[in-house]
Amino acid sequence: MNAGSNSTVLLRARSSVCALYGFALVAFALAFTHPLVLLAVAAATFGAARLSGVQRQLRGAVRFAIPLALMLAVINGILVRDGVTVLWRFGELPLFGQLDLTGEAFAYGFLLALRVVVIIAASALLVAIVDPDDVLRRMRRSAFRSALTAALATRMIGVLTRDARRMDQARRCRPDGGGSGRRAQLLMVGSVAAGALDRAVDVAATLELRGYATRVAPPRGDSVPYARADRAVLASAVGLLALLITGVVFGLANFEPYPRITVATDLTELLYAALIVLAALAAPIIGERGRRR
Amino acid sequence: MSALGFERFSYTYPGKERPALREISVAIEAGEFVVCTGLSASGKSTLLRAASGLVPHFHGGAASGRVVVGGLDTRDHGPGDLARVAGTLLQDPETQVVMQTVGAELAFPLENRGLSRAAVARGVEEIALTLSIAELLERPVEELSGGELQRVALGAALAARPSLVLLDEPTSQLDPVAGDELIWTLRRLNEEWGTAVLLIEHRLERCLAHADRVLVLSDGELVCDAPPSEMLGWAAEHQPALQTPAARLFERAGLRPPPSGVKEARATLQSHGLLDGVAPHDVGEQASPRSRSRWSRRAQPAEQSALSCRGLSFELPDGREVLNNVELSLLPGEQTALMGRNGAGKSTLLRILAGLDDATEGKVESEGRVALLLQNPGDYLIHERVDGEVGADVLADFGLEDLAASHPRDISGGQRQRLALGIVLSGERPSAVLLDEPTRGMDRAAKGDLISRLNALSAAGTAVLVATHDTELAAALAQRVLLLSGGRIVADAPTAEVLSGGWHFATETARVLGGQGQACTPEEGGALLRARMTIEAAP
Repeated sequence: MNAGSNSTVLLRARSSVCALYGFALVAFALAFTHPLVLLAVAAATFGAARLSGVQRQLRGAVRFAIPLALMLAVINGILVRDGVTVLWRFGELPLFGQLDLTGEAFAYGFLLALRVVVIIAASALLVAIVDPDDVLRRMRRSAFRSALTAALATRMIGVLTRDARRMDQARRCRPDGGGSGRRAQLLMVGSVAAGALDRAVDVAATLELRGYATRVAPPRGDSVPYARADRAVLASAVGLLALLITGVVFGLANFEPYPRITVATDLTELLYAALIVLAALAAPIIGERGRRR
Repeated sequence: MSALGFERFSYTYPGKERPALREISVAIEAGEFVVCTGLSASGKSTLLRAASGLVPHFHGGAASGRVVVGGLDTRDHGPGDLARVAGTLLQDPETQVVMQTVGAELAFPLENRGLSRAAVARGVEEIALTLSIAELLERPVEELSGGELQRVALGAALAARPSLVLLDEPTSQLDPVAGDELIWTLRRLNEEWGTAVLLIEHRLERCLAHADRVLVLSDGELVCDAPPSEMLGWAAEHQPALQTPAARLFERAGLRPPPSGVKEARATLQSHGLLDGVAPHDVGEQASPRSRSRWSRRAQPAEQSALSCRGLSFELPDGREVLNNVELSLLPGEQTALMGRNGAGKSTLLRILAGLDDATEGKVESEGRVALLLQNPGDYLIHERVDGEVGADVLADFGLEDLAASHPRDISGGQRQRLALGIVLSGERPSAVLLDEPTRGMDRAAKGDLISRLNALSAAGTAVLVATHDTELAAALAQRVLLLSGGRIVADAPTAEVLSGGWHFATETARVLGGQGQACTPEEGGALLRARMTIEAAP
């Protein structure tokens, strides 16, 4: 990442291992619905973010995710008719048919909500710790055109966002406030979109002027050896991936929402969840301790 | 071999009938420092784009003749190849950075040349130190101000130590200190590394003293190619709008030859005995009576203010303080310049005064509507036709009725500025008008037009507050200057007092005269010098 010598382990490590680490956490949330596993991944994600000093980015993402997750929980509770614990029986409704609110549907809805929050938080951690410039640099070696498109797109997001913000401010400077409602919004969107082509051409011109299209390969043997931070994060990422594969292959942390919620909660699951947290936080904790010494 | 050579080069943009460049023939030798100037839409930026290979490779269009850059013919080599010999900085710094962090941005051109990791690291460190941006290396580019972005983009253009540097108004977003530093840096690179420089600039007073030659373009043609002093003589006769303030000062005082910079001007004045024996500021009372009469209105009670604020503070979400306890009162009809270095909080103050942002603490009171013209007039233009933006009466007021059916993106920069000003001023007359860097990229003719419009507004009782780095604009327009530093107003005084006593925050006239008579404009300075010459000539 964009890190100097004073930054934390996850920000110092090379992008490839950070990406592996982040993807492993996201993969856990995608592969498991077991509440213990999800809570463990949440603890690991927020712990890693705090130890890396990127908790602010995570908080922003979670703030965005919570309304979405709550909506998902409510929709699941209302629309899913599975489950045996009926809380409220609405009877037969046109179009919907038999509508019952069940405890299992609501519980599973909230679990899905937790899962969404964890996925978004882990993705936010991934974005915060991976240096996109480094990723593009590596991509360029194998997929020049894709990397060019990605470089242009990543830069354009920032440029167009700022264009839109400035144009919105300019709209508010009009004596009539620039109007309101859908028409004003459409005008703004249309205007930003119309300018996008010019902006893209300018950014592409800059890429040309910096010699992107005629890139010469770096000299052989110019690779950087793995530093302590790289090794620490790689070890954590490999540990997480090993746990993930083991859990999936051996069917650990089993969870069945319907017809009655069945959650496996013996020592194996507890140990599994604890190992996830330990593997994830090993790099930031041990790496920092080793550095202070 | 020339660093850059144009041979009868003509170019027409796609879909246009009039050529942007016509039969240009000029050569820039290795180690030369060449300034290119001209009025708006004279073809300066196109010339630079032709030198960097963007014209015609990137923009298309029809070209004839040839351009050779460091031995590479642009007909056979595109911008990517030319990047090996020429570093280019275009006008808008926002689209001049392509990576996420400053360090990565500076490393990018070096990596593209296949340098080793150690060479890249050294190159980044060197250019960061050269441009004083070492403290920005780890910052995301999204967080940088316009001035910082401009320095980073310049760093990326210079990082690979090209033998030719092409720059399109690199100082347009910089405060006077940073602008001067940048020109000195270019001169140092030019002298120490032998880098040829082609610099496009409207504010000639900043760079003329460093130039070996000046090219003047007019309507796509090269109409003057001469050393600075000769070019100024030519400008006096053919394009007075290109004269520097010092040249105009000399013209008004009847002195010759026109000086290319402050040092030369002072030497000439000293040789005529016009700088001796006059203590700074002792002739000022006669020199700027207009300033003083207008200034005295500030003493009126605060309740008559057109716009005022009390205890205004503003903090960013991360706790950084941008404004700190700002107190300000603008009287109806008063014209005030708000100055300060990049990042001092000028734009933030304007946005809060106009109600676009909320202050963390403090209160803003206005007599009526507050109009704000933001930095980029293009941001106001959201319709498909010019007449969709404002009514016909406003278009007529601003002399734009002939462009009613045009697309707002197709009109010139100066016309856009007028249209944007028309938009914010349409409807009920505002009690105050705030303008943020309105003269960026403007030539002197367009600047004069803006000043006339602001004077008319002011005469109708509207208070005018202009945030600007342009000391010449401040001197020509304002009766009062506020100097903002670290979020506080550190000076609030008549224009003549602020802009005549300093070095960076001073007009060229004031620097030439060393603050004599608090003269800030060539007209005031010329009158002062003529008065002195009359006294000395008297028996």
